[in-house]
Amino acid sequence: MGTHNHHHDYNFSEQYTFAGTAKIVSLVAVVLGVATIAYGLSTGDTTRTFANLLLMGYYFACVCAAGAFFIALQMVTQSGWSAGMLRIPQAMASVLPIAAVVLLIIAAGGIYTHTLYHHWTAPELFDPNSPHYDALVAGKSAFLNIPGFFIRQVLFMGTYSIFAFIIAKLSYKEDLEGGLNSYKKSFKLSAIFLVIFGFTTPIWSFDTIMSLEAHWFSTMFGWYNFAAMWVSGIAAIVVILVLLKKAGYMAWVNENHLHDLGKLMFGFSIFWTYVWFAQFMLIWYSNIPEETVYFYKRWEPEYKPWFWLSIIINFLSPLLILVDRDAKRKQNIMLFTAILLLCGHWLDYYIMIMPGTVETDRGFGIIEIGTAIGFAGLFTFLVLNKISKHPLAAKHHPFLDESLNHQI
Amino acid sequence: MSNTKYILGSFADPDDLMHGIEKLQANNISIYDCFTPMPIHGIEAKLGVKPSRLPIAAFCFGALGTTLGFSLLYYTMAYDWPMNIGGKPSLPLPNFVPVTFEVTILLCALGMVATFFFRNHLFPGRAPRVMDLRATDDRFILAVDARENTDHALVDSLLKEAGAVEVKYNERKYVSYE
Repeated sequence: MGTHNHHHDYNFSEQYTFAGTAKIVSLVAVVLGVATIAYGLSTGDTTRTFANLLLMGYYFACVCAAGAFFIALQMVTQSGWSAGMLRIPQAMASVLPIAAVVLLIIAAGGIYTHTLYHHWTAPELFDPNSPHYDALVAGKSAFLNIPGFFIRQVLFMGTYSIFAFIIAKLSYKEDLEGGLNSYKKSFKLSAIFLVIFGFTTPIWSFDTIMSLEAHWFSTMFGWYNFAAMWVSGIAAIVVILVLLKKAGYMAWVNENHLHDLGKLMFGFSIFWTYVWFAQFMLIWYSNIPEETVYFYKRWEPEYKPWFWLSIIINFLSPLLILVDRDAKRKQNIMLFTAILLLCGHWLDYYIMIMPGTVETDRGFGIIEIGTAIGFAGLFTFLVLNKISKHPLAAKHHPFLDESLNHQI
Repeated sequence: MSNTKYILGSFADPDDLMHGIEKLQANNISIYDCFTPMPIHGIEAKLGVKPSRLPIAAFCFGALGTTLGFSLLYYTMAYDWPMNIGGKPSLPLPNFVPVTFEVTILLCALGMVATFFFRNHLFPGRAPRVMDLRATDDRFILAVDARENTDHALVDSLLKEAGAVEVKYNERKYVSYE
């Protein structure tokens, strides 16, 4: 079908110029973040600072990993609709090695200062002769030990990074050479990647977040974290895409593609609620003390309003805002919802992390906001810098034409 | 006065059909309908077809499902015969969520299918009404109401110019009644 499609002559080789306000604002945000962390550590709020660092470090790594997952998913499903916008998740995935290093440093710093993971890192917990001996935690020590923790972190994030790097490299090679070789190779790699990713992300979240409260466990936790990661990853893609379009780039991506992203964001917000609720309801119903302790802490007065606010932002808002077809096709509504969901999943991680770290000394102030701004700036700077290095479209992608004719 | 009710342009290629729509529209000839063996992207927008109202039906059936599902649970679990299960209150809202949700989905899906069948006259045992049998096979049909558009020669020439393989003058609306 060629004749009835009136293509503009798109310049698929156009490149984003990373300069001006975007560069200055993101760098200022990074400086603000560093200043906040220095302020937090110097004023003695070490635990709170490290809890926030872990929150944003994990969030940052998750959003980048979601970029890698997005590309692999599009390759394996041989999707055409997304072919014109793949450079955005590709750039996010390319930043994953840096995010991984940041997260490793934060985890190491947290363990060193005894502010993070102190439920299972102190050696006396494993010593039967010590008065602090903890039989429950000692029983988990085959899995939950410091070398094992770091080996898994490096292995998981390293594997994701390597796959993302090779798939991105193949895509850049395709720009120069054309043909189907790169596509076929990325298809195979993506299939392998998805299997590895599916099996390892739950363990990754067990390690990084669930072990903060090492006595408690939930098998739903991995999928719950995956849902949060995937929704926030799509929301980040939407924000970058809409802002690039507003700056006059990527004219070939239109409201049809935005509509599809909107459906993903809407659908996976419902999925997030589904896993969140499944975890909550099973624990609420069976009412076993060792399980309910998790929600008990989150229903203390200092967390309860935030607990409910998270459900309103992450479930009710996308449900009510994005249920309408036209809403998913409007740039500004999509941008607003994506930013709202990014804030919502910050809150989601906040509720996951804070009761296990700062416990009742919950705070919301300079440290929380400053750290979040710092990491948002770092993410923006690194991703936009990466986007500016390559053309904004994979011009020899076999499904690019299908993407241009995408209509829903 | 001829007895022609509908003029059907039969195209072998969807692009020619789209081209034909443009030509007729440029000459202010109203198009009755199009029949194609497969979905063609963008054809609704070109023909100016209003968006489907099926989502509204879906919402209504969904809301009905929510109400019925919740009422059933409320009546049986909390009103008619309250029971103490696991020390939970007799109105345990979290427990009601899965069932209410499932009934919502069920009524929404069944209601949408029923609405779709009703609206398209697809009842069991009813022969489908087709204006051109090959529209379900390999032809793309463009139908023009011959009484609204009296200049048949112009319609004929425009359709042929656009690449119609065949132009039919039908005196009956449907070729298959029973």
